[in-house]
Amino acid sequence: MENIDQLREEILREIRQAGSPAALEAIRIAALGRRGHLTLLMRGLGALDPAARRGAGAALNAARDEIAAALAEAGDRLGRAALANRLAGERADVTLPVLTGSPGGADAGRIHPISQTIDEIVAIFGEMGFIVAEGPHIEDDFHNFTALNIPPEHPARQEHDTFYLPPRPDGSRLLLRTQTSPVQIRTMLAQKPPIRIIVPGRTFRADHDATHSPMFHQVEGLVIDRTSHMGHLKGCLVAFCRAFFDMDDVPVRFRPSYFPFTEPSAEVDIGCSRANGELKIGAGGDWLEILGSGMVHPQVLKNCGLDPSEYQGFAFGMGIERVAMLKYGIPDLRTFYDSDLRWLRHYGFLPLDIPSPVRGPLAGGAAA
Amino acid sequence: MKTTLSWLKTHLDTEAPIAALAERLIMLGHDVESVEDRAAALDGFVVARVVSAEPHPNADRLRVCVVDNGTSETQVVCGAPNARAGMKGVFGPAGVHIPKTGAVLTESAIRGVASKGMLMSAAELALGDDHAGIIELGADAPIGTSYATLLGLDDPVIDLKVTPNRADCLGVRGIARDLAAAGVGQLKPLDTTPIEGRFRSPIAIHLEGLTACPLFLGRHIRGLKNGPSPRWLRDRLEAIGLRPISALVDITNFVTFDLNRPLHVFDAGKLAGDLTVRFARPGEILHALNGREYELDPEITAITDANGVQSLGGVIGGEATGCTEATTEVFVEAALFDPIRTAATGRRLEIASDARYRFERGIDPAFVGPGLEIATRLILELCGGEPSEIVVAGAEPQWRREYLLRPERMSGLGGLHVPPAESRAILEALGCTVADAAEHDGSLTVSPPPWRGDIEGEADLVEEVLRIKGYDHIPAVPLPRESVVSRPAIDPRRRRLELVRRTLAERGFVEAVTFSFISADMAERFGGAKPELRLVNPISADLDAMRPSVLPGLVEAARRNADRGLPDVALFELGPLYRNDRPDGQTNVAAGLRAGRVRPRHWREPAREADLYDAKADALAALAAAGAPIDNIQASADPMPWYHPGRAGRLRLGPTELGHFGELHPDVLEACEAKGPIAAFEVFIDAVQLPRARGARLPLRLSVFQPVERDFAFIVDSDLPAETLLRAARAVDRKLVTEIRLFDVYEGTGLPEGKKSLAISVTLQPQEATLTDAEIDGFSKRLVAQVEKATGGTLRG
Repeated sequence: MENIDQLREEILREIRQAGSPAALEAIRIAALGRRGHLTLLMRGLGALDPAARRGAGAALNAARDEIAAALAEAGDRLGRAALANRLAGERADVTLPVLTGSPGGADAGRIHPISQTIDEIVAIFGEMGFIVAEGPHIEDDFHNFTALNIPPEHPARQEHDTFYLPPRPDGSRLLLRTQTSPVQIRTMLAQKPPIRIIVPGRTFRADHDATHSPMFHQVEGLVIDRTSHMGHLKGCLVAFCRAFFDMDDVPVRFRPSYFPFTEPSAEVDIGCSRANGELKIGAGGDWLEILGSGMVHPQVLKNCGLDPSEYQGFAFGMGIERVAMLKYGIPDLRTFYDSDLRWLRHYGFLPLDIPSPVRGPLAGGAAA
Repeated sequence: MKTTLSWLKTHLDTEAPIAALAERLIMLGHDVESVEDRAAALDGFVVARVVSAEPHPNADRLRVCVVDNGTSETQVVCGAPNARAGMKGVFGPAGVHIPKTGAVLTESAIRGVASKGMLMSAAELALGDDHAGIIELGADAPIGTSYATLLGLDDPVIDLKVTPNRADCLGVRGIARDLAAAGVGQLKPLDTTPIEGRFRSPIAIHLEGLTACPLFLGRHIRGLKNGPSPRWLRDRLEAIGLRPISALVDITNFVTFDLNRPLHVFDAGKLAGDLTVRFARPGEILHALNGREYELDPEITAITDANGVQSLGGVIGGEATGCTEATTEVFVEAALFDPIRTAATGRRLEIASDARYRFERGIDPAFVGPGLEIATRLILELCGGEPSEIVVAGAEPQWRREYLLRPERMSGLGGLHVPPAESRAILEALGCTVADAAEHDGSLTVSPPPWRGDIEGEADLVEEVLRIKGYDHIPAVPLPRESVVSRPAIDPRRRRLELVRRTLAERGFVEAVTFSFISADMAERFGGAKPELRLVNPISADLDAMRPSVLPGLVEAARRNADRGLPDVALFELGPLYRNDRPDGQTNVAAGLRAGRVRPRHWREPAREADLYDAKADALAALAAAGAPIDNIQASADPMPWYHPGRAGRLRLGPTELGHFGELHPDVLEACEAKGPIAAFEVFIDAVQLPRARGARLPLRLSVFQPVERDFAFIVDSDLPAETLLRAARAVDRKLVTEIRLFDVYEGTGLPEGKKSLAISVTLQPQEATLTDAEIDGFSKRLVAQVEKATGGTLRG
């Protein structure tokens, strides 16, 4: 018995002193391996008388359990020490700058403010049941003017600065559409009411200065049914202005105006302030024109084969660059087409910033 | 259209302040461009008399003056050499702002003598350069009067944007009438009492046809004296930006702007015989009052005498018969000219006159006679003389018409319930004749006045009532929703454009928007400048062709960015190109280019210049976003001419061309002054077939058996397209092979001249049982055999 105690103490001491997993394994084999000291002692139990066997067996079992536990504990300790040692040697500089694009790629690009603004406008009117329609940029006189109640000598035509293409054999000449309104005509000719369309797109006028570009974008809206009236026009456009400028209390003013294709006609202003030369949208005692609108002229309905005693509705149009400039504080119209990377990165939008009224604007607004 | 407040008040009895009038005008549909208060700068300066002017005790050049402003006397020290007792000048008391400097005038002591104000020079009032002395006023200038009033400047000028339909508001009276209808004051009566003619006009009028000129009234006035207009008339014309010339000319301008009644006054002494209104004959010429010479054609309405054309009806008068200071007899014309013909003449001859502007918008057909009477009265008043009887040719055209205004249309179209009695009152105030309709249901029978040619139906009447009542009264009503949950606003074609746009941006491209027109030279280089797509009137010669490709605009943008020191560019545009002038010739494409480095220099990844493979990847990514099955798209080495002949290609799906990609041709880069290489692509989104409606997906079968991957390398001819090898490998066992990836291309040491090695990795995915070694071997042998056969190559040992 003394033997066993001595042996146990000696092995436990060796375990305590073991400095590596390999040393520990050697101790385990020397004690508990097939030819280990304890293993051999246990094998020798059979030669003892039953009483001595019982006593020695219990002592040996206890010693074996104690040693096994000590081995496990030491193994765990040494393993952790080894890992800590390894980790201490593995140090990276986390302050090194990285490329934030997909692995190895460039950073994300930007969506042009015109595209983003169109998507915003479509998302808002989409909530009001409008669907997007489009039409050709190269138009004929009928769709761009005549059907819209603008006969050839109408003074309004002179204000349009129309780009023309060469005369065709029959003497007629095509033109670049001066407005998105011809899509109203194309839609009414192609489908029966009810109609609710929103028409974003390129428009062209032969005018180029600080506030005019020969190409710009408009968005047109058209509602045709049996009941929509000026009150609906107001309700629809007030809702749009408040959603677009994300301002529940932005004042909206309707004042009489004139367009050949609407009657009654209204210009729509939103409230703003111009204190200290800085334009701010919102209640501020001043007004800013952003939309033209009106009830579709009976003659326009007739021109499209619709009976004005049966159908009516309203139409509106606005400049996309203009509302983008107002919403995002972009000072100069001409910069929209300049493709200056610095401008595009500054005023552009992240690709996954997809406008949606139910999701709301991204915190922080434009691109990072 | 400009007017002054006092001018407006000659027609409108109102006490409303200018700001209230401006606000009301805006809400009546006459947008106010500006209200200029010319008196504001002179606020506080009054006419004063210098009572005494004594030498300053302490300064030789200064005088101590006592100034009487009508209510009190003030002492001022003055340095002006012309300051003297008894004179009248302009006095600024302490506290006023000096217009020239903006400074406030303060009481002070000058060399020990108190000075409580200032006698002003013109320069100090910012009214001129004269600072040699103080302003000297006439002896009749009333002491105490505001100097602005004395100058006639205490009269704000309102500039209105009159919409093209409201010809009647191109006269001050029309504006007054609208304001009166809106309850802002009373319209004053107009004196149109006929003036009795004393003799028969020696000049008669003959109309050849009535379409161009349905009515022409004339009157001869003899024994008059032309000279400068009186002050009130000159002030009014100057206030609205017109230059006073002589009484006769000023009167025609005044009646034009006051009553929207353009007139012409011929010097009757220079006319030869009667006047005939006819179409001009080819080759006839008019020396016009603007000093220019016009060659006429038979579309033009000419007013002629025995000597030829003397005036163009409704557009401009002639120099030969114009009035001068020497004129003693005149023939006054008041006529109606066809709006369309007047507009056409003005446009063709490029004459923008006040008369043309009004005639082409429509003149009151019932106000020709009254207008002539008013003009006659003014001429007699200002120039004296003796009037003839009026000569009349033609007749007043029919303008009376009736429209029904049903009360339910006010609410049904206008969105506002207005009682018929109120509608009636408004329309009557606007000059309409209104009666109850026979139905007695509240409907009104409305006959618009002759000056409102723009009212053409019930919708116009609804607008008139709403306009006067105020759009603010119309309640905003939400547009009824047609479905509880919003339906898609964009169809699948537009939806995928959006996906392409955002996919390219996510790949690092920045979106540009460039013009639809480019230079014909660029159009020629990028696919051709078709004659039917050349603009007749471009804004500049380099923007005259509808683009056959989006790339030129992007190359130009890349060059501009490089010029700004930003040579590393990834730009794309999603927009139209134009193949012909028909609607179907316009198609949406996604085009992009990469110039300079694909990535910035970075410690982790080496910088690399863009090449054709970047462009191919971008093109395929765009097509994939558009829904094209990109595994089936074939690239071919037959590039468009604007690309590098050996480093570019086209993309096709079966017979359909879907786009092109590659490095741009050095010639093109040189023409664009752009630095290369530029890797570009253009894909035709509209040409991609729209996938069928997306619903339930095909069932997914996941194999429980391990996939196996095997690599093969083949030595083939250097010019063998990789696609040939890949196609052969794919065809070996389409069911078993799930992926083939070409992972190595090698040419050089260890390989014979003219050969390259292509290595592929093939993934086999068994569905029924784990593949045995024998099965894998069998597959490998078949693959090697088929690839060697198709490519003429050999398995690399």
